[in-house]
This record gives sequence, C-alpha cells and structure tokens, in this order.
Amino acid sequence: MKIDPRPSVIEERLKNVKRIIAVTGWKGGIGKSVTACSLALLLAKKGYRTGLFDLDFAGASDHIILGSKNIFPGEKKGLEPPVLAGVKFMSVVFFSENKAVPLRGANVSDAIIELLAITQWGELDFLVLDMPPGINDAALDVMRFARRAEVLAVTTPSVIARSVLDRSLLLYRSLKAPVLGVVVNMARGAASKGSSARLRLDPGLEAALGRPAALLKTAFCRDLSGALEILKLK
Amino acid sequence: MHEWALAESVIKAAVEHAGAEKIKTLKEAGVVFGELQALDKEIFIFALEELRKQFPGAKACRFRIIKEPAAFLCKACSHKFLLKGLEKTMDEAEFIHFVPEMAHTFLKCPKCKSPDFEIAAGRGVSISYIKGAK
Repeated sequence: MKIDPRPSVIEERLKNVKRIIAVTGWKGGIGKSVTACSLALLLAKKGYRTGLFDLDFAGASDHIILGSKNIFPGEKKGLEPPVLAGVKFMSVVFFSENKAVPLRGANVSDAIIELLAITQWGELDFLVLDMPPGINDAALDVMRFARRAEVLAVTTPSVIARSVLDRSLLLYRSLKAPVLGVVVNMARGAASKGSSARLRLDPGLEAALGRPAALLKTAFCRDLSGALEILKLK
Repeated sequence: MHEWALAESVIKAAVEHAGAEKIKTLKEAGVVFGELQALDKEIFIFALEELRKQFPGAKACRFRIIKEPAAFLCKACSHKFLLKGLEKTMDEAEFIHFVPEMAHTFLKCPKCKSPDFEIAAGRGVSISYIKGAK
C-alpha cells in the first residue's frame, strides 16, 4: 500500500476561495501569462481579494510580469503566499532561484500537487490560475483538483491558435469545466467569431512589464477591464 | 512549519482510507518520510497530536514514522545514486524541503551531471499501511 495523502487536503485549501479562474491557452506566446497577471491585478484593484498561482513551471513568468523581487512565502501551518500589488502570489520560482526547472510531466504534476496541498490561500474572492500550457497530466491534474475552476481561454487571431483553441474547448466541455469565454489577444481587426473579447495589440505593453501600476494603465489592461462584465468577472 | 499542512493531509487521508476500508477504529498508520524532503519529525508529530482532536476517527491511532532513504536513477546514463554525497547549499536544501522536485534544479547525476533523473525512492511523505478494527 502506498497512499499519497496530499490530494486529501487540496479541497480544504481551496474551500474559502469563492471563484477559481483557470487562464488557459494551448499555444506558446499568445499572452496567457500577461492575461492571467493583468486579470489578477484588475480584480485586486476593484477590491476583490485575489490570488494568482503560476502553474506554468517550465516557463514561469508571472514574477517577471509583476516585478516580484525579494519576496518569499511565509510559513505558518503551510505556506502563505506573499502579497504583491494587492495580489497573493505563488510560483515555483520562489523555490528555484529563477533557475531552470527541468521536470518531466509526472514531476510537474507532483510539484503542483505539493504546492496545492501546502499553500494556505485563506479567504479569496478570486484565485487566478496561470495554467500549464497545452494539455498534459499536470493540466489535467489541476482541473481534477480545482473542480470548481472556470476556464478563461486565451488565443490570438492566428488560424493555428484558433484551431488549437477549438480542440481545447471541446476537451473542457467533455471535462464539464465551465468556459467563461474566449479572449483574443493581439487583435488587429474586427472581433472574430466565437470570441467574447478582444485585446488589441498594444505596443506599450512590453515597457510596462515588471511594473504593476504601469501595466494597469496599458491599453491591454483597459481592454481586459472592459471585458470583465461580458466574462462574468464582476 | 509546512509540516503542519502535510500532517493534516496524512491524518485526513488515513481517516478517509479507513472509512473506505470499513475500519471503525483506526489503530495504527505507517507514515513514510522520504529522506529528500527532510521533514522535521518533531514538528510533524506535534502537528499530528494537535490535529488528532479534529479527527475523532484518528483519536487512538498510533502514527509510526518510517524513514525511507532517497534513491535516484539517471535517465541519461542509467546510473543509480543516493542523496548522501550530493552537494547542495542550505538554501537549496530548504527549497527541496518545500518542493522535492526542486532536486532536478539543484542536484545532478554524479556520473554524467544530468538533471534528468528519476526520484526512485524517498521523495516525500506517504502512508504505507493502516491498521484498525472493523
């Protein structure tokens, strides 16, 4: 007999979180992490108690987007995420010294389960999950343990991204995960069919990375803020 | 004190598993401590004693700690190796303590220096057996 005890407490850790938003995107470089971080910052700015969990272990980047420096989780009956720009923030980079984390799929899954089991989020209105890219055992585990997660899908106007997105939506439907909507990032033209919101290509976005206050003033964040109502995130 | 969170998982999982096995009184559970995670046994046992009050099903349970040495198998060169002798700083050991998978960031196969190895044994905490009366 070998029982992994950690899954038994994950529901307990998330029980005081009102809504879990899984920001997903199955293609790399489409702006999933910037969308997840911006969403967390916008919700916190509106006064919601908000958490952000960077689950993209191989390509963790939320700490760069938020400008995280010299912070580390507190320890009290588990790990307590530090607060950054009003957002409780957890990431594997706290434990990797920003070095590469060369993990195989099962190891990623194990590390995610570990952090889900030991992180004490406390009371939150929203927990935003920056999901692992694609669909693999780690992503499936997150959907398994965060059963109440609502999916916010990010894509770009590319037909390739759109095709991958369509497949992901079919899978989320089969997993019975509610989909809040589809956000088309780097949009140039008119809104594409099936999308809930479009985030215009913003040349000023790159310069704002690492500075939450500046990020909130970008056209990207303004577009995302304008989409919160249609995405039922208000 | 993240031992507390893991102790809570152990006691909760033991009670749930006992329920599934139709065990009415949980008498003993074997708790495996993987060497890699290096949990503090005293804190863990203290947490179990405190948490016991919240879990009536584990009121009389004896938790027996079993230490398991960490063992690794290199995926690149198939070399088998142990934790003892591998170099790591105190900070790195602390990071591995929180998330054992950080071993892949800070430890290397002593033979070929690859970080691509399997943690074959002694990763973290698990329950190896439960005993009780049905």
